[in-house]
Amino acid sequence: MQTIDEILREVPFFWGLESDHLELIAGCGANVAFKADDLLFRDGDPAETFYIVRHGSVALETFVPARGPFTIETLEEGEIIGWSWLFPPYRWHFDARALSLVRATAFDGACLRRKCGSDPRLGYELMTRFAQVVIERLQWTRMRLLDVYGYASAE
Amino acid sequence: MATPAPSELHAAPGAMAPRPFRVARRRRELRDTWTLELEPIGGDPLELEPGQFTMLYAFGIGEVPISVSGRIDGPLVHTVRAVGAVSRAICAARPGSVLGVRGPFGNAWPVGEAAGADVVVVAGGIGLAPLRPALYELLRRRGEYGEVALLYGSRTPADLLYRTELARLRGRFDLQVDVTVDSAEGGWRGKVGVVPKLVAGPRFDPASAVALVCGPEIMMHFTARALLERGLPPERIYLSMERNMRCGLGHCGHCQLGPTLICRDGPVYRYDELEQLMAVREL
Amino acid sequence: MRLRRLLQSSRQMDAAKPSVIEPEALEDLIRALAARGFRVVGPTRRDGAIVYDDLDSAQDLPTGWTDEQAPGSYRLERREDEARFGYAVGPHSWKQFLMPARVRLWRASRNGEGFDVEEEPGPERPLALIGVRACELHAIAIQDRVLLGGRYADRDYAARREDTFVVAVNCFEPGGTCFCASMGTGPRVDAGYDLALTELLDGGHRLLAEPGSERGGEVLAELPRRPASQVDLDAAETATAGAAERMGRRLDTTDLRGLLARNLEHERWDEVAERCLTCGNCTLVCPTCFCTSVEEVTDLTGTAAERVRSWDSCFSLEYSYIHGGSVRPSARSRYRQWLTHKFGTWHDQFGSSGCVGCGRCIAWCPVGIDVTQELTAIRGGQDADD
Repeated sequence: MQTIDEILREVPFFWGLESDHLELIAGCGANVAFKADDLLFRDGDPAETFYIVRHGSVALETFVPARGPFTIETLEEGEIIGWSWLFPPYRWHFDARALSLVRATAFDGACLRRKCGSDPRLGYELMTRFAQVVIERLQWTRMRLLDVYGYASAE
Repeated sequence: MATPAPSELHAAPGAMAPRPFRVARRRRELRDTWTLELEPIGGDPLELEPGQFTMLYAFGIGEVPISVSGRIDGPLVHTVRAVGAVSRAICAARPGSVLGVRGPFGNAWPVGEAAGADVVVVAGGIGLAPLRPALYELLRRRGEYGEVALLYGSRTPADLLYRTELARLRGRFDLQVDVTVDSAEGGWRGKVGVVPKLVAGPRFDPASAVALVCGPEIMMHFTARALLERGLPPERIYLSMERNMRCGLGHCGHCQLGPTLICRDGPVYRYDELEQLMAVREL
Repeated sequence: MRLRRLLQSSRQMDAAKPSVIEPEALEDLIRALAARGFRVVGPTRRDGAIVYDDLDSAQDLPTGWTDEQAPGSYRLERREDEARFGYAVGPHSWKQFLMPARVRLWRASRNGEGFDVEEEPGPERPLALIGVRACELHAIAIQDRVLLGGRYADRDYAARREDTFVVAVNCFEPGGTCFCASMGTGPRVDAGYDLALTELLDGGHRLLAEPGSERGGEVLAELPRRPASQVDLDAAETATAGAAERMGRRLDTTDLRGLLARNLEHERWDEVAERCLTCGNCTLVCPTCFCTSVEEVTDLTGTAAERVRSWDSCFSLEYSYIHGGSVRPSARSRYRQWLTHKFGTWHDQFGSSGCVGCGRCIAWCPVGIDVTQELTAIRGGQDADD
């Protein structure tokens, strides 16, 4: 059974962090598990956590009236879920549903915010890493905006 | 001096005359996409290579370039999306009716040249149709390749082409298959995300792997980027390009892409040749 | 195949027997060719221009006329002599006969579930072209490479090209927009003709006639003629050499292919785009432009169909239409496509330049865009006007 510390060292998201920072972060972390179809969080709920998926698949969903739930994106092993804990109003913008059995490491946002307050360098390291994630997600989202597969008459 | 004799060229059919082919099978794939299996009426079957296309003719309406999408040693198979007058007429052709075929034209996916390497096949939307013959060839000669991966994505689950076949392929132990959709309504339990995002997943050795990519141009562009990021050099990434095409013979000029003619120098291009061309807007 | 023979260097042919004919013998020439079953076409004056059309007799030739050409301008002027070929080139090129503007390729009729295709027979008579300039010979050779030299031969073009009899003329009067000397395509003809005429005006109006093929020699033998003297030969040499000196334009052709490939985003494209109307005149008059489109034509019953091929132009929006839009929506990109293809990527596609320096595009552009000027500007030099 791995410690949180050991898990963190394996995940590319945390590579390059100093040992004491890793320890600080690990201190805010805990292993969690979800059954298929469990909700990790709901749109509008307070966002005080971020997750790293260790196993399984999570769908970010939104509910469209008269059409039902829409999957915006799925996140798999090694991916980060959640940056809303970093920015006010600290609320989730989507639902997150486990598509399978999901094992993840959950990190306490409030705990981390406090630690970043005392150690701005830690805050900077986390901020740059999350910015990277947001940028990547934005790129993929913009690609979907282009709706590359749907084109008008070709003749 | 006597009147010059008429040219003997009049006897042989010219390359602009379609050959009649009977529709043997017709199968609806998606809401707007059909697959037709065609048999020649008289004459020899076509000699096909994966990646090639024919000019498919609907009597009195017109012709369009359509990629070959079946086994190259089998009957002529075309998967067609109904987007205009000609393709709609082709998609409506029932078994027994007759379409015209010219070709095949164009160059092939480098299936033979990739022997000894890992092969990553990446398709977006109907782009899976021109790649399917290559995939069949790779699987037919499976022992000649290392890892073989198929990455495929479409707009929504309802737009996944050859879905049953994909499920079957997924069951093979010697093929990595990963599928995603751009968006999905509830009920889809697979991946949701863009195709280039899948590139990070499969096992392959970038030092020797070959990638075959087909789909909308933007999707191919981002996929090529993702492949480059994984260490594949541009000369081992192959794309299938498209432009307005009228003759398929290199005579009408429409399919020019920079210094090349797609009907003759393509549709399969190496990314190192394309990279600079694709960077020029409105080329 | 006769085609191959025509394209061989005329210097291998019977150059030892050049003759001199009187201008009146052109009537005999036209008659001789008609008698051999050719459809004789050549220059004639019509609608204020010298165009190419069927010639019934030598009376149809534009005797005593010349053309004054400049960017966006073409005027006919009366000459002081009775020169038959005293002009440069008009709005027509020989492609209108070899690659006509509208051609039916085949007819098809329904047959049960299927259909039968009947290809169009070739022309009834082979062509005899009168008055083909050196630049035009090169243009024909360029189109031969495009339409016959690839993997597929254009059936209609091959049928029209087969057995075409070419009566070439050496230029002695270059036009204001000509630059064949820069393109290496003239003013002297070198290959691809059956008979070459050089009109001489000093010391008696006559024409030097040099056969370029066996049948050219045979036709010449039917005309009233005398052997050419050294005086005649020297006069011809002087005339064409003089023409090379008096070109309307010059163009530095050094590595145009590389130059254009490196300058696809040059600001000159924006500049010319402000003037270009994308009218496509240049592509219509250009002797090497070969782009075509096809359309299906049916009758109301839907049992009969035809495929018709017609000239197309890369300047039209439909030309590059795909997936709901044009790849080249802007005038800038369309002008760039035309010029970079003509002078640059033509090399990659067909192994030579696409331009023969005839200057038609300069004269017939309604806003007077001068390709030599555009290319010089992209190279970064001053205008190269004479």
